[in-house]
Amino acid sequence: MKKQTLTQEDTKKIGKLANLSLSSNEIEKFTPQLSETIDSVEVMDKLPTNDVDGTFQVTGLTNIFREDNIEKSFTQEEALSNAKNKHNGFFVVPYVFAEDDTA
Amino acid sequence: MDFLLFPMFLPKMTLHELTITETVKGLSEKKFSSVEITKELLSRIEKFNQKLNIYVTVNDSALNEAKKADEERSKNKSKLLGVPLAIKDNFLTNGLRTTASSNVLSDFVPQFESSVTKRLKDQGAIFLGKTNMDAWAHGSSTETSDYGPTLNPWDTSRLPGGSSGGSAAAVAADLCVGAIGSETAGSIRQPACWCGVSGIKPSYGRVSRYGVIAMASSTDSPGPMTKNIEDGIFLLEIIAGHDVRDATTIREDKWSYKSGKKPVIGIVTDYFLKEAQPGINKTVHEAINVLKQSGYDVREVSLLDPKFAIADYTIIQRAEVSSNLARYDGIRYGNDRTYFGQEAKRRIMIGTYVLSAGYHDQFYRKAQKIRTKIIEDFNRVFEHVDVLVAPTSPSTALPVGSTKGVAMFGELQDVLVEASSMAGLPGVSIPCGFAGGGMPVGMQITGKMKDENSVLQVALDFQKLTDFHLQKPEL
Repeated sequence: MKKQTLTQEDTKKIGKLANLSLSSNEIEKFTPQLSETIDSVEVMDKLPTNDVDGTFQVTGLTNIFREDNIEKSFTQEEALSNAKNKHNGFFVVPYVFAEDDTA
Repeated sequence: MDFLLFPMFLPKMTLHELTITETVKGLSEKKFSSVEITKELLSRIEKFNQKLNIYVTVNDSALNEAKKADEERSKNKSKLLGVPLAIKDNFLTNGLRTTASSNVLSDFVPQFESSVTKRLKDQGAIFLGKTNMDAWAHGSSTETSDYGPTLNPWDTSRLPGGSSGGSAAAVAADLCVGAIGSETAGSIRQPACWCGVSGIKPSYGRVSRYGVIAMASSTDSPGPMTKNIEDGIFLLEIIAGHDVRDATTIREDKWSYKSGKKPVIGIVTDYFLKEAQPGINKTVHEAINVLKQSGYDVREVSLLDPKFAIADYTIIQRAEVSSNLARYDGIRYGNDRTYFGQEAKRRIMIGTYVLSAGYHDQFYRKAQKIRTKIIEDFNRVFEHVDVLVAPTSPSTALPVGSTKGVAMFGELQDVLVEASSMAGLPGVSIPCGFAGGGMPVGMQITGKMKDENSVLQVALDFQKLTDFHLQKPEL
C-alpha cells in the first residue's frame, strides 16, 4: 500500500460521495486528519491474508427469512410525526431535478 | 494481599445504593415501594445531573409508572416490576426522545420501541431517562457528545469513558439501579472499567439490535451495565434471545446463566502493555492471582499483536458507519446532515473512502480477511483455555479534554478490546482495584463465541472473593 496522503481535492470528492456539505475550512482541516487515519491502517499489509476469505459476519448464519405476512406497521400519522416538512399526509422532499442540471 | 474477605456487615442501606437483586427483593417484600425508590433516584438526578451531565433526557412519566407498578404489585409478578433503570440514548424508546447524543436527532421522538427496551418494559421496568454517550457512539470518552461530556463520578475532572459513559456513570453514581449500554468495540467494557462498574458485552447476536441506532452493524452488541455481575446476569436473561426483527440474532429463544466446571484461564501476556499507565498491569496481575489462589488453573497465552485489530476495526467500523448514517437526511425525522459533528463527518468520510471504487479491495476486503485471521487466532488459544483475562484499558479514566485533537483516540483507548469485538466474542469488565490516585481499574474476561457462561462464572467468583465492586465514589 503506498502512502495514501489525501489531497483537498480528494476530501472534496469524498464529501460529495458521502452527501456531506463541507466548508472550505472543514476541507482544509479534515484533509490531514483523514490522511493520518488512512496511513495508520497501512499496518494491515504486514499480515498476509492470501490463505483466507473475509468474514463479513461472525454468527455463521445465512439466509435468514421470515414468512411474507403483513403485520401491523405505522399509521400515516405516526410515520409523519417527526417530519419537519409535510403536506397533505406526504413527506416533503428536496428537489430531485434541478432547473438547469448543473448539480 | 489477601482478598478472602467474609461478607461485610453493612449498615442499613439507603435506597439509591441498592442493587437490582436487592431492589427486586425489597419491593416484593414490601420493604419500600417503587414510588419511594424512584422518587429518591429522581431527586438525586435533580441534585447531580447538572454537574455530571449523565442524563440527556429525564423521563417525566417515571413517577407515574412507579405508582402504577406499586398498584399492580399484588397481581403482577413481572421480574423487574417498578425497578428504575437508565437507558443509553441510542435505544429507541417509544414516545421518549432519543438523540444518540447528536444534534441531528435533538427533537426525535421514536414511534416504536427497541426490542431490548420492550423486553425490559414487558417485565415492568421503569426508565428514569436516556443517558449521554459519544454522539452516534463514535468514541471512547463521552466527550464527543453534542450535549457536552459526562463527568466521571470518581473524579469530576475526568471522563467516564465511552461511548456508554452516561450509563456507566449513572450506575457508579447511584443515579439508577442498573443501566443498559451498547458496545461496538469497547463501549460497554471500557466505560465500565473507567467508572468501576460491571459491564457485560454479550456475544454478537445474543441481544437484538432492533431499534438500536446502528453504528457498526457487524459488531454492535447491546448489554447491561450494573453494580455487580449478578445484576448484569439478571438483566441479560431478560433482554437476550432470538428476535425475529433482527436477522443476525443467535437462533436460541432464551439464554440463562448456567455454571459448570471451573473454566481454565488464559492470561494474555501481549495485553499487559509496556506503555500502560503505571499500576494497571500490577493491579490486574494481583486480581488474577486471587483467582489462582482460589483454585483456578491460570496459563499464559499469546494473541496477535493488537495493532492489527486497531486497523481492522478502524476500517470496518467506519465503512459500516458511512452506510448506517446515510439514512439521516432530515426528511422523515431529525435535522439535516449539516448538523453532524466533526467526528461523525470524519468517520463517514473515511468509511465512504474505503468502500469506494478503487479502494474497496485494498481496505475493506483486506480488513474482512484480517477479521478472519483474528477469529482464527482466538480459536487457536481457545483450544487450551476457556477464558482470557487481561486489563480492560491501558489507563484509568483520562482527564476531560483528552480527546481534543487526537484523531484516533477511541481506537487507541480500546486497543485491548477491539480484537474480541471484531470476533463477536462475549466479554465483561469488572472492577479489580485502583490506580492513578484512587481511580478504578478494570479486568476483562473474554470467552468463546456464545460461551457467556464461562466468562460470567469467573466474574461471579471474583466478586465473591473481593469487594472492589462494592466501592462507591463520593459525590
